[in-house]
Parts: sequence; C-alpha cells; structure tokens
Amino acid sequence: MATIVVKRPKLKWWEKLYLPALIGGIGVTIRHFVRTLTGRTKVTMQYPEEKWNDHLPEWYRGAPALVTDEQDRERCVACQLCEFICPPRAITITPEEIASDDKWAKVEKRPREFEIDMIRCIYCGLCEEVCPEQAIFLRQEYAITGTSRAEMVHDKKKLYEIGGKRVGLVNKWNALK
Amino acid sequence: MSDEQKPAVEMVDVQIDGEWHQFPKGTRMIEACRQAGRDVPHYCYHPKLSSPGNCRMCLVEMGMPPRPRPGEELKPDEDGHLPIQWIPRPAIACANTVAPNMGIRTDSELTRACRHGVMELLLINHPLDCPICDQAGECRLQEFSVEHGNGASRFRENKVKKPKNVAIGPRVRLDDERCIMCSRCIRFADEIADDPVLGFTDRGSHTTLAVHPGRELANNYSLNTVDICPVGALTSNDFRFQMRVWFLKETESICTSCGRGCNLTIGGREGEVHRLTPRQNDAVNSAWMCDHGRLNFHYLNSELRLTDPLIRGEAGHETATWAQALKTAAAALAGFGPNEVAVIASGRLTNEELFMARQFAAAVKSEFIDIVPRLGEADDYLAAADRNPNTLGAKLILGLENPGAGLKSIRDGIAQGRIKALVALQENLVDDAGFSAGDLGKLEFLLATYPLANPTAEAADVVLPGAGFAEKRGSMINLTGRLQRLNRAHAGPGQTREPWEILRDLIQELGGGNGIYRADDVFAAMAAEIKEFAGLKLADLPADGVALLDTGETVPLLDRERERKAKGVIVG
Repeated sequence: MATIVVKRPKLKWWEKLYLPALIGGIGVTIRHFVRTLTGRTKVTMQYPEEKWNDHLPEWYRGAPALVTDEQDRERCVACQLCEFICPPRAITITPEEIASDDKWAKVEKRPREFEIDMIRCIYCGLCEEVCPEQAIFLRQEYAITGTSRAEMVHDKKKLYEIGGKRVGLVNKWNALK
Repeated sequence: MSDEQKPAVEMVDVQIDGEWHQFPKGTRMIEACRQAGRDVPHYCYHPKLSSPGNCRMCLVEMGMPPRPRPGEELKPDEDGHLPIQWIPRPAIACANTVAPNMGIRTDSELTRACRHGVMELLLINHPLDCPICDQAGECRLQEFSVEHGNGASRFRENKVKKPKNVAIGPRVRLDDERCIMCSRCIRFADEIADDPVLGFTDRGSHTTLAVHPGRELANNYSLNTVDICPVGALTSNDFRFQMRVWFLKETESICTSCGRGCNLTIGGREGEVHRLTPRQNDAVNSAWMCDHGRLNFHYLNSELRLTDPLIRGEAGHETATWAQALKTAAAALAGFGPNEVAVIASGRLTNEELFMARQFAAAVKSEFIDIVPRLGEADDYLAAADRNPNTLGAKLILGLENPGAGLKSIRDGIAQGRIKALVALQENLVDDAGFSAGDLGKLEFLLATYPLANPTAEAADVVLPGAGFAEKRGSMINLTGRLQRLNRAHAGPGQTREPWEILRDLIQELGGGNGIYRADDVFAAMAAEIKEFAGLKLADLPADGVALLDTGETVPLLDRERERKAKGVIVG
C-alpha cells in the first residue's frame, strides 16, 4: 500500500513561543472589529427585514404560483394535470365553466378554486413542468409561514398575488390558433 | 339457445399477420382481427351500429388467391392453403367480411402508412383543446395519435373554424371543431333511439355535425352519444368540467333506477360519485342506458345526507353513536308484543338486505312485512314500468305475492292502534308509500333508515344513516330474472352503514347472534335457505350476472338488436 510520509516543519525558536502568531491573530480581529464599527464591512443580513431575493438565481425553485398573461387573463384552464402529477398531492383544483358573456368565454374552463397546501409541497417543480398552458411557475418566494395549517394553504387569490403577470409566453387562446 | 342447435356455419380460413385462423363465414375483418388478438384501430365502427366505413382508420392490407391463367391450377401448400396475392390498395376492415383463403396484414408497411396518413388528416383541423376537453384521457384521437400519429403538424394554413360549445339538447353539448365525422352519434340517434335529429351539413373539411333546425337531441337516451363519441365533440352537461377522467376510480355495478338493472360503471373519486356510464351486457342493456338512470346519482352527494345515527331527545334529534342508537332501538322494539311491529322494506334493497329484513321481522315476531311499489312508465327501449330495481328479489325472499298489497293493512293497523311500532328500511313513507304524518304520529316507536333527511326521518324516534347504491355490496334480481351484483365504490359519508349491517346489529341487540360479518355471509345464509340461490356465491357472480329465474320478460331494445344482428346490419 502506498503511503505518504508527511514531513513536519522544523519550527524556529521564536515560532515555538507562539506569541508572534497570537499577536498577529489579535491584530486581524481588531481590524475586523474596527471596520465593522466604522461600517466599512457588513456581515449580518437583517433577516427577515432583509431577504435572500437579490442573491437567488432566476431558476430558484420557491413556492409554486399561478400567473396571468399580458391581457390579465388567468392562464390556468384547470386541466388538473398538476394535481395529477403532484407527488405529495398538495394541489386541489375545483374547475368551473367560464360564463358565455365573459370576454374569454372561448377558453370555456378555469379554476373556481386552486389550493396548494404548502405544508405538503416539496418544491419539486413537476407542476411547472407538466403544465400545458404555462400557467404555474415556481417563484422566488421561499419564506412560507403561518400560524395555523389553514393559513399554510395558498388559495387562488394568494397564488395569483405571488405569481403576478408573466409576459412573452405562448398565447394560444388569442384570435388565431 | 345454444350454438349447437343452430345450423352449422361454414368456417373459412383467414391468414392474419402470417398466422392462419378459422372464422365463421360473414365475420367482419375487424372482428376477426380482434379475435386473433390483433386489434385494428377504428373510430366509426361500433359493433352495435351499422358500419358506414367513413373514418378510414381501420384500413388494412388485404390479399386473396390470384386468379389462375386458363389451364393453370393454383398449388395449395402442405396445409391446404392457396398462395395469397396482396392487393396494392388497402381495404377497410370494419365493413368487409372474411373470405376463404383471405390474407390480412395489420402491421405491414402499407397499413402503418395508411394509419399515419389518416391520423395526419384527422388532426389537421383539430383544435389544441386537450387541456380543457373532457374526453382527454379516454380519447381515441389522443391514443391513436400517440400510437400512429406524426408528433408534429406539417399544416401551415389556418384551421377551419366551426361552431363551438353548442347546446344541441338539454343534456348534450357539441364542439364541432373537435368532431372527426365518424357519424356514430348520427347512427345511434337514428338506429337505436329512433330520434334522427343529427346530421352532417356542408362538405369537405367544412363538414359540420348539426342538429336539425328547430329540433334538439332531447330523447331519454341522448347521453349514450357522449359515450360513443370517440373524441370530445359531444360532452355531457352533467359531467362537463366536473372531474378529469384519469382521477375516476371505476367500479362495476348495476343501475338501481328501475327493474331493468342496466350494467354500469361507477366513476368516483374520494367518496364522491362523478358519473355513471353503461357497461356492455348483451342480456340486459346491450351497451346503452337511459339518461334518467345515468343522472340519478346526485342525491348521493347531496347536502341532505344523513351522516350520523340520531335519537329523538327532548329537544329534537340528537347525534348518537351506533352503539347508543342500536341499543335504544332494540330496547324499544323488545317492548312490543307479537305483530305489534311492522316492517316496511324496500324494493331498492339488495337480496342480502331483504333476507336480513326477513330475519329481523322474525326477531320482532312480526308478520307485517312489505315493500313500497313504485310504478312508472315503460318505454319501448330499456326503461321498465317497475321502478324498483329488486321487486323479484323481494317477492322471492319475503314471499310476497303482490308487493305493496300489505301496506293498507299496515296503515289500518296503525290507525286502529294494533300496530304500535314501525321500521322503515330505506323508504320515505310520507312521500312514497302514502303514509300521512298523522299515521306516523300515532306510532309509539318509529325507526327509519335512509340515505337522506326526509319527513319520515323527521318523524322517527331513531334515525339510522343507510348507504346508497354506490356504497353497498350485494345482489339484485332484475325483471328478466337475472341475478346481478352491486359493488361498493366507496364507503358512505360519515358513519353511514350498509342496511344489512344495520339489520344484523339490530338482530344481535335483540338477542340473536348470527355470525355474519360480510355481505357474502348473508348471501351464503340465504343460499342455504332459499333454493333458487342454492349453489351460488356472491363473490363468484360474473360481472354480467347469471340467469336465475325465468320470467318471460323481454326487452324491446334487445329484441330489435337481435333482429338487426340476424339481418347482418350490425355485428352485435
């Protein structure tokens, strides 16, 4: 078996005293102390007032949310594929028919209620991947808190609030198909 | 009518994908392929309807022995088969019948190219509606697109626009852009429902399915068109957007809306029934069922469902546990003498429940037991006049000559004070059996089981939540004397129990142990006592039931189907 023989460094007599190294170390500490006091370095993030958002990559997988398109149409058509694919069964959708006098009546279907149980959600992103309408995206929201189980369920209103508007996606429901 | 009595049918040799098989002369090529285990994709062909051959999806490569030159003889091979000359043009398998020494290739290059081409043409104008289409998940177009389709479209023009979301009847919605012009619905309305209101207008890629102006598809069998539609062109208003089909758990059961006992599949999810669809049984309902029976399940999801046993206290009904409710009921019933208790069973109970009702009547020493007759109007298709699904079972098990005849004597008995207690099993006496609230008020004790809150339950001293048809297991005998099984799709809401369980527990409280733990045990006990059931087991009943009694009852729709089959119009 191959062995590596490590040669111990031969210390000088003043190195064996450890005092110069000790003083040097205290020097570093004092320098940081002074720089922090004078505000030249900043090492503490004031969480939760301050968030990680600026440091997160674009593809960060946070809370899933629903988005609307340029014309403020809700993109989700309640096909329930995300409900089907969701491994922890966090998603519950109740579909409804869009009234015939609605501007988007030809889309015919939308969710009446869309609930994601954030206690169950495992942030896997399969819902985003399976969505045929580009309606659900994992956003950079990661601090999901609540004081009860009911509060941890994101309803449709909350999901659109997190998701906001997304532009530049395929708009297959516009005039020409 | 076994096959041996019929004159022998000539058998022909057919080669399917290189293997020789034998089929009776007159067999359609598509059926021959199916029997040989080589399914041919198709849209317009349906064994219960005529075959116009207009979808072209079932095109296969076909061959026959070549015509010999004058003086030449074809040499059969060692098995006696002649050589096959393959025809360069494909043939439709649905409308052509097999011929001696015919060859069929269901997986050749030509056949595959045909399917590929037909799929491409069908998809040219098809909208990208799958996310909102109810058919998605059970759509033949989706399935065959995966199997035989192209994956990408070469079509660069604008798709043809057609009417969408058209109400063509009170229960059916039409989306013409999704229609692939198979004409199954047109043929069903014309041939089966005798209500020819559907048809095609315009030509070419503008062909549009339409309902005749001023008419609508309103017959009682209209929802069958939704079942046979291979795509999502016809959808049911009732099921529309309720639940995606891939979530539905399917349970084979039977319809309990009339004495026909149509075979059906319950589509349910998480304790809720979402739809009923007919299941093929050529001895009962062919492949169809009526809209009334199909939609008669919403009460199971009603807000009026009873979920807990209730005992009447000083301040009205109070929720109780099963143990408390059963004890209270049994203690009250034990206080009455012989024939002071009457039992009103129901023609909607299964055989097992009726058998337990009989045992229960014996346990309370009562001779008064009857069912509530329920008469409607028969039509010339499937629906029967007797709206109770198990009248024959009640006659057989309770020994009733004339069901409903004893109700008057029970009412008189109550009026005269001879009958002091009444047990109503899954029946609403006030609305359905002609009892008045005054009749029920005279009773010293009234026990009611029912799935829903109703006036009888309101008047009852003890109310027990009994399961509905999708929530229980058991057997029923339909009007043609066929014994068929109901299967349980899911447990009822809350504390609901199956009626046979309730009766078993009541009998036990009254002092009779019976060793019954499952519906199958009840059936076994019944088979030991009633000779008609001897030798049968509930679990062994086939999915399409067994013929138990001979009643001489005929089904008009099936008679016509047999006639059409004999004429060769349909495959059957």
